[in-house]
Order: sequence, then structure tokens, then C-alpha cells
Amino acid sequence: MIQISKRGSLSRGKALIIRAVGLLLGILLCSLITVIVTGQNPTEVFATIFKGSFGSNRKTWIFLQNTAVLLMISLAVTPAFRMRCWNLGAEGQVLAGAMATTACMYLLAGKVSNATAIICMLFSAMVAGAVWAGIPAFFKARFNTNETLFTLMMNYVAMQIVSFFCVKWENPKGSGQMGIINQKTQFGWLPQVGNRYLLVIILAVVLTLFMFFYLNSTKHGFELTVVGESERTARYVGIKVERVIIRTMLLSGLICGLTGFLLVGGINHNVSSEIAGGQGFTAVMVSWLAKFNPIIMVLFSALLIFLGAGAKELATGLGLNQSFGEMLTAILIFFIIGSEFFINYKISFHKKEREVK
Amino acid sequence: MEERIPAVAMRDITKRFGPVVANDNCWLNIYRGEILALLGENGSGKTTLMNMLSGVYFPDEGTIAIDGKHVVIRSPKDAFALGIGMIHQHFKLVDVLTAAENIVLGLPGKLDLKAATAKIREICDTYQFDVDPNQKIYDMSVSQKQTVEIVKVLYRGADILILDEPTAVLTPQETDKLFAVLRNMRNDGKAIVIITHKMHEVEALSDRVAVLRHGQFVGDMLTKNTNAQEMTNMMVGHPVVLNIKRPEPVNPKPRIEVKGLTVRSMDGFLKLEDVSFTANSGEILGIAGISGCGQKELLEAIAGLQPVEAGSISYVNDNGEREELLGKDPLSIQSMGVALSFVPEDRLGMGLVANMDLADNMMLRSFRRGKSLFTDRHSPHKLAENVVHDLDVQTPSVETPVRRLSGGNVQKVLVGREIAEAPKVLLTAYAVRGLDINSSYTIYDLINEQKAAGVAVIYVGEDLDVLLELADRILVLCGGKVSGIIPGRGAKKRDVGLMMTKLGGVGE
Repeated sequence: MIQISKRGSLSRGKALIIRAVGLLLGILLCSLITVIVTGQNPTEVFATIFKGSFGSNRKTWIFLQNTAVLLMISLAVTPAFRMRCWNLGAEGQVLAGAMATTACMYLLAGKVSNATAIICMLFSAMVAGAVWAGIPAFFKARFNTNETLFTLMMNYVAMQIVSFFCVKWENPKGSGQMGIINQKTQFGWLPQVGNRYLLVIILAVVLTLFMFFYLNSTKHGFELTVVGESERTARYVGIKVERVIIRTMLLSGLICGLTGFLLVGGINHNVSSEIAGGQGFTAVMVSWLAKFNPIIMVLFSALLIFLGAGAKELATGLGLNQSFGEMLTAILIFFIIGSEFFINYKISFHKKEREVK
Repeated sequence: MEERIPAVAMRDITKRFGPVVANDNCWLNIYRGEILALLGENGSGKTTLMNMLSGVYFPDEGTIAIDGKHVVIRSPKDAFALGIGMIHQHFKLVDVLTAAENIVLGLPGKLDLKAATAKIREICDTYQFDVDPNQKIYDMSVSQKQTVEIVKVLYRGADILILDEPTAVLTPQETDKLFAVLRNMRNDGKAIVIITHKMHEVEALSDRVAVLRHGQFVGDMLTKNTNAQEMTNMMVGHPVVLNIKRPEPVNPKPRIEVKGLTVRSMDGFLKLEDVSFTANSGEILGIAGISGCGQKELLEAIAGLQPVEAGSISYVNDNGEREELLGKDPLSIQSMGVALSFVPEDRLGMGLVANMDLADNMMLRSFRRGKSLFTDRHSPHKLAENVVHDLDVQTPSVETPVRRLSGGNVQKVLVGREIAEAPKVLLTAYAVRGLDINSSYTIYDLINEQKAAGVAVIYVGEDLDVLLELADRILVLCGGKVSGIIPGRGAKKRDVGLMMTKLGGVGE
């Protein structure tokens, strides 16, 4: 018979080996499927996937930039997750920030200086993101409502608001889209640092370090960890649980808002309800895969962006369907998550029992 | 008599959880028509061994034979088919269903509640159980729920019953009732195993005792041929002195004065009604009562964790100045020197964080100190090392998550941290819940040390025998009201038991 039992603990080295083997098996299965389904040479397919992120200088920069954006959203949801508060509203919080930024760019155009506008954009984006997270947080702290559903629903509200303004402020008329905001004047566009990608990347690095220390070395970080582990214990040692919940969610929203600001002001210069592109949900996965450790999140953000870009490259470069690339991505993620099972559990096989004498 | 074929023969059973060996080549005989008391310190593998018999765990090595026939028990279902039923410490009942519904839940075949009810009544009559099949579980007392659990396993045809610390939640009177029922079942030829830490229960009830130590079988003997001292020595592995010290209080002065305290639970039930008493410095005030009679609410009210409807709680300092505690938040009450070490049913639910290591758990009390935004990890680490050293906590290191420690060690960590705060008032509830004798005595000594240092100790206990030996005064709660406050010296167990169930007890 097969018996599954929990492992006590596993050394880091062994855990790493299990993960490596898992990834290797995933790649193997991907190759196999590629050969069977498409008849393509798997090495060529993998080379194409690789080219998706590192095929040219520009692609590498875009890869880094996208990684930075995903990383920032992942960092944003992490303090809430550490507190066992399942904030699934990052998508909406990013949109709220993006919308606030857009509104500033659109409404303030020509009325104030560029620098003032950017400060307004930054400030209002962070406030908007924080409000979007703060509403469910308030209800959770006060009435113990379910934050998962609440934050999820807030996403759709945000999407509809963005869609509404896209039509209201459409440009050109009749397109139903906003187009590039202030294309001629470049009003409210963030200044470039080095090149047009570097600003986001630097901010993401700073934020990663900030979050690492915030979670592990500050009183706030300690408080929210205790609240997550045991609310009763938190109350018992005098932590004001409601305050910690609201404070942590506000921080989550703030960073999401900041990301929205960067997306509109620095990267896209336009807005649509698709601007977050589902990354609010991908971030949930990144945060979990990294076990809420900001440093490890860098790796997983990069991996997911790499695989996503690879899937697109497959679609164009090899003429394979993009869905095929996404399938391979899914298989790899399945194996990555699957290896966690083998890290936590041990499987042993028993022979038929011997007869007793 | 050893020629009888045992109902259950476990041989060379080994079970590992990761690097921890819970049972090491353990063996055990259980006979029909006998009550076997399974003894051992915390973490000696009693519950694990029984869990393997009831199909919760599967042994890594070893064999089990029922009535001489070799069997493989893969699941609780297999165990039931072999007539093995276990009553766990935590009841597994559905609150909104009736007793009868709970009993037939999960059984195959057509649902015929009427027939089932009749059969349940029959079982109850045979063994003198006091249970109404149509009563909902949420309407039942703890003792009634336990009865339902026992009837449940009997209904399923169990004739080998395992009870894991069945008396931990019962009053003395309820315990007597349970014992009478168990004796009836024994006389009916069933095999019964009870796991307990209370020596006087072992002596009163069991026919045979088996002792485990560090996961290994040490020996078994007839209860009538042994005594508490010998059994304890076997459990611990070296001679232990079995008596609780009760030094005279030193210069007792009022420290906490509670007047007319009334507390209502969230759903509007009166948990405490007009409770008044004084706790003195240098004295242990014991609180007795059936579980759930307001003990928890009382301590939490003093610690500022429980909203209060009426009354006052004042703290009197060394100079005789009083300060009202009501309306203060837990943090400022703590800073006045009122420490709460509360050990709830699930041990880790309050006061400690299971997933954090010892040092971080020490930090729970101290992390706010200083103006810095960052936490100071150095002093909690040192404190953890001191507690481990002073209280002899068994742990691989202070970086070990608390959940990996056994119950006794968890409690030592909690009590150690609270004492390290040098409190003026120490509130402890169920400090020795589920602890073996050795650890319990360590905790009693710690509490006595605090008393000697002039701390006002309020001790909520569930073992009346201990309460009677340890406390200077005993406050008995009954249904949230003070049933009486009596001196601990000379108090009779019977009287306290009566006061627990009836206000003021029975006048004599």
C-alpha cells in the first residue's frame, strides 16, 4: 500500500534538489508534448521561449520592466497575505491608482507646471489605491466581513469606472478609447532615468528591500505577522488588531496605487480597464510561490514574466498558437507547485505485511 | 492469567514523525473484561499508540493482532469493523444535529432514525447512560456530549473502547458517573483503555496499568499491586517526590479588588453575575468551577480583554493607592504588572504563536519597547535562552517553532515569559492542563515561588485535588456567580464539588 506522511523538516539543500528535479521533469514533459503535438524540435521551442525575453536588447529591458511591475504588485499584496488577509483586490487597487493618475493628467493639463502635476498624480494615485483597499479593510476590521469577496468585487467596480471615463474622455472622438494622453505636450509624463525602462526597475528594487525589512525587522511587520498567526494572541499581548488590519491593507493599496501611477505616467501613457492585465491575480501566485518572502519574489516574478513572453514569442516566431505557449507555462507552474507537496510530505511504499508467528 | 489471548496485542510498533520517534518498538496487551489505564508523561506516545489502533495513523513498523489474529488497520473504518472505538479528547459531533442523528451519521445502509433511536435507548438502558437521543448537541453539557460519543462507538458495535483523557472536562460528580458506566461495560466483557494523568483516577478505576516512557513500553501490572508513587517513578524513570508545598502567605495585602462584576457574552448570555472578591499579595487564590462557568471571562476581564457590563476592578499598589482597571486597554494593564498566562483548550490559541520560534514568542511581550521603528531581537533571544535553561525546557534550540514542542514545554515557555515580566499579579488558567506529573510539579513550584515573592496569584484549575493542596483560599464559581470563598486548608473535595454544582453548596 502507499502511505503519505508529513515530513518533520527538510534541509534547504534537499528541498532545493526536489524543486530542481520538479522543474526538470516539467521541462521534460513540455518537450515531450511539444514533439508529439507539433512535431517541432523541443530545443528550438525552448530557444524561442528564451528569445521572448532575451532576443534583443529591447526585449531584455521590457522583460526587466514587466518583471518590476509584477514584482511591485506582488510586494503590495504580501503584507496583507502575511496577515492572512486575502487581498484579491490588487487589480482594482492598481486600476484606482491608474485612474487617479489619468484624471490628474487629463484635468490638470496646461493648468499647472509639469512637476506639480506629477506630484499630484503620485499623491492621488496612492490615495486612490489606499482607499480602494481601505474600504474592505474597514469593513473587515469593524464587522469581520470576508475580505476575499469584498476585494474581488471592488475590482469590477474599478474596471467599470475606468471604462466609463475611457468613453467620457475618449480621444479621438468616437473611438471609445482614451488613446495616448497628452501625446503632443507629454504633460504629466514621468521623466526618463537613463532610459525609459529604468525608473520602474529601480523603484521595484528599492521597494523589495523596503518590504523585506518592513516585514522582518520592524514592529509593524512583527505585529501583522502575529495578527496573521493568531488574532487572539495578538489581542492578548495588547496589539490593536483592527488598527493593524486597516494599516496593513492601506499599505497594500498604497503600493498598488503607486504601480498604477507608474503604469500610466511612466510606461503606457494611456489607460484602459485592461491596464493591469490580470497581474493583480498573477501577483497572488508570485507571493504564495515565494512564501511571502520579498527576495524570492524577484525570482518568481521574473520566471512568470519570462514564461509569458516566451509564450508570445512562440506564437509569432514559430507560428505556434499562443495558447500552446501558455499550456507549457501552465505545465511548468504545475510542476513548481507540485514539488511543494514532495517537500512537505513523504511517500512510502509498504510491502504486504508479514505473517505473525 | 497471562495465558488469556489478549483482545489487542500490539507488537514492536514504531511510529516516526519526521525525526521525532513517537513510538519506539512499543508493545501492549489489552484484555477483555478489564479496564487498562495507559500512563506516561506528555510526549511518551500514549495517544499516538492509540491512534494507530483506531486507524488514525498507520504504524511505520510492527504488527497488531486482534484476538490472536493478525490485522492491518488502515483507517478508522477498518478499526470500527474490528470493534475498536476511540473517544477523543475533542469531541467530533455536529452541533445542530440530535444525539441520534450524530450517532448514525456516516453509517452505511438506509436511514431509519426510529429504529436507531430504539437501539440507542437499549444501549443506554444496558449501561445506565443518561442521554436523550432526540436532544440537540448544542443543548448538551460537556458530560452529555461525551456520553453521546461513547454511545456512538457502542452503537457501531465497538467492544474495545479507548478513552483519551475523558475526565479532563468533567466535575467530580460527572466523573463518578462516567466511572460507574465504564465499570458496567467492563463487567459486560468489553475491553477498555483509558488515558489519564490523574493518579487517583487510575487507582479508583483501572484493573491494570501499562506505562510508556519516551515512546517505549516500560511495563504493566495489576493496579491493586502498585501505588501512585511506584507508577509515577516508572513514568518518569527516577523517583519523584509527590507533594505540593503550601507555604503560609507572607504579609498578605489586598492587591486586586473585584466588586459586583457582571459580564455578558457576545450573544447576550450572562457569564458572570455580581462577582466580588479580593486577591491578596503573597497568596494563591484558587478558582474552582465546572468548565465554562465564567473562569475565563473573569481572568479576561481583569486583563482587560473582556467587555464588562457592570462592576469595578481595582488594583491596589504597595502604597495602598487604588487604580481602576476597567476601561484600560490590555497593554496599560500589563504595564501595571498584571500578567495573564492563560492556557486554553488548544494550548496555543492564546498567548503564544505556534509557528514562531521561542525567541519571537518572548518578543511578543517586549517588542514595543523603545522608540525605534525596528524590533530588538537580541534581548528576547537572551530571555528565551534563560527560560530554556531555568525551567529546563526540552527544545532543540530557541529557534525552534513552538508548535514542535510538547505540551509541557509549551506551557513552561508561556509561564516562563509571564514570570520574566516580574508581575505583581499572576493570572493563570489551566496551567497544568494535560501536563504529566513531572511538568505539573515544576509549574506548581514556579507558582509557589511567585507567591513567596509577594505576587498575588489567581489560579484557575480543573483538578480539584491539586486546587485543595495548592490554594490558600478557594473561590468557587457556579454558573457565573460566586458560590462561596473558603480557606484552602481543610477544605473538603466533596463540599467544593457540591458548591460547584449548586450555589452555596448544601448547608450542613
